[in-house]
Amino acid sequence: MTATLTASPTATQKGPPDPGAPPRRQGRRRLTRTDRHDLAIGLRYISPWLVGIVIFVFYPVGYSIYLSFTRYSGMGAPTWVGLGNYITAFTDPLVAKAAGNTLFFAVIAVPLGLLVALTLAIAMNQNVREVAFYRTIFYAPSLIPAFAMSFIFIVFLNPQFGAFNQVLNLFGGSNVNLLGDPTGVKIAIILMAQFGAGNAALIFLAGLRNVPKTVYEAARVDGASPLRQFFSITLPLLTPVLLFNLITGVSGALQVFTEAYIVTNGTGDPDAGALFYMMYLYQNAFGFAELGYASALAVLLFLAGLTLALLIFFFSRRFVNYDVEAS
Amino acid sequence: MSTTTPTRPARRTPARSAEAEELGRRADGTRRPWYSSLIARVVMIALAVFFLLPMYWMIISSLKSDEELARFPPTFIPESWQLSNYADAVTAMPFVQFFMNSAIITISVVVLSVISNFIVAYGFSCLKWPGRDLMFYLVIATLFLPFPVTLIPMFDMWARLDLVNTLFPLIIPAMFGSAFYVFLLRQFLLQIPKDMLDAARIDGAREWTILWRLVFPMAKPALTTVAIFAAVASWNDFMGPLIYLQDESVQTLSIGLQSFRSVNSQDVSFNQLMAASFLVIVPLLILFFVFQRYFIKGITIGGFK
Repeated sequence: MTATLTASPTATQKGPPDPGAPPRRQGRRRLTRTDRHDLAIGLRYISPWLVGIVIFVFYPVGYSIYLSFTRYSGMGAPTWVGLGNYITAFTDPLVAKAAGNTLFFAVIAVPLGLLVALTLAIAMNQNVREVAFYRTIFYAPSLIPAFAMSFIFIVFLNPQFGAFNQVLNLFGGSNVNLLGDPTGVKIAIILMAQFGAGNAALIFLAGLRNVPKTVYEAARVDGASPLRQFFSITLPLLTPVLLFNLITGVSGALQVFTEAYIVTNGTGDPDAGALFYMMYLYQNAFGFAELGYASALAVLLFLAGLTLALLIFFFSRRFVNYDVEAS
Repeated sequence: MSTTTPTRPARRTPARSAEAEELGRRADGTRRPWYSSLIARVVMIALAVFFLLPMYWMIISSLKSDEELARFPPTFIPESWQLSNYADAVTAMPFVQFFMNSAIITISVVVLSVISNFIVAYGFSCLKWPGRDLMFYLVIATLFLPFPVTLIPMFDMWARLDLVNTLFPLIIPAMFGSAFYVFLLRQFLLQIPKDMLDAARIDGAREWTILWRLVFPMAKPALTTVAIFAAVASWNDFMGPLIYLQDESVQTLSIGLQSFRSVNSQDVSFNQLMAASFLVIVPLLILFFVFQRYFIKGITIGGFK
């Protein structure tokens, strides 16, 4: 997957334009008859996707942008309100609240998620006989759908009979109702998300296995400790994968929804503590029939996600190491 | 050496050797003394216990009686195994109906996804045409498009077509391919030797025949991966059903269980809800255990080069 980030998508086949190669691409080549014939066949094969991108990407993105400048209830025609929705969004205290909650979630859940995934990947990469067994167990919770995981946590965190409180009692704490507290509910959702680290872990695992064994052998001969090997070899060489998981993690965190919807029954309470951005967007669109306003929120979310991704790319350039070639 | 640089997709052998490598040991084959892996084992068992907890808690809660579920401190092994919770869960809510709806959507999505993404990926890998790689950048770009930005116009479109409260909004998009699956399949198809395709072309085979007769059998591992991903995503999808399926008669398991719980909280107890949730997960667990290596391969396919 990170191929998209690290190199041209055609790298496996043709490689990016080779600087030494004759500048074939320069200037506009006229299509020969064979070219036109090939083009027609190629387009015919990708036609499902071409139709799809128009219906499911170009049209909705364009229409979203248009709707964001209107007031629209889903019935009748949208009425143009100019920048009205955007002005409302920037003064709406619930938008600030929802954005704050989402940021809180992202700032904790993303780094924690990377740490958990990396730990799992290292565990999955251990040289023990039954490693496949551990891999299965570490990955299995990622299969549990968010709604079922939420049900489990509702039982687990129940203020009267939940096992969570028993653990707290063991350490001398008294019963708490995590889901009844505006910060607690966010923490609960962050914890819940950690059980889905399996996918990111497998991506880390692939990265770990791509580190040439010879590098470790050389380090071992030179007397580097395992810890030193991790920080001087493994981590630097994992940076492209780390970047990929970071970006997917951030984009996922900005869209956190299902768990919050279920544990709060769609309200985002207590005290709007679990009112994440997507929840508020959903409420506006499908609860209050404010489709125009919700579209403006969607466009803002899109811009925020894009800005964050670009910032991460920009700041990662000096940390991310693309030098390694797997043997 | 990496698992992600698969050798030529000659049937069966590569998958197996990759698996062997997956389980494999160090390249030099040396064995370290037994105690060196002891710490690793202890840590891994601790992690494993932790990651089994949600599933374990779900299963034991599903077996407890109402009284035992509400007891504090909670019991870690149910005193009496109340299997009737499962029967009650299935009858307390329209579980079978939800299950059928989920199954119809999932099976349709899987079949349509495999066919459409395979054809599109073939166009992006086995055929050569001017502009192909440029166009592929567009596929990659859509991979990063967040879905909320298309959510409202899509709902508006399906509403105007009067197809809200039918299963179509959740099935039809699968006919048009999806960037992630196209990407995944293309990475695989690019490894098929061009000579083989050219030989078939010289023999006068039409592209459509090559696609189904020659490439399809070779691409089965990758297509299985796509099928599994599509199945899990579709089965577990929450937001799509939440938006499009409002009537109970068309709801899927994910949204059905949630809305049933929120509307009739007195009629369904949490042990029944746990039982129902477990029944939802069982098909996924079976899928996972049968096709485990495709999960791992699929996520890591494409390589990191």
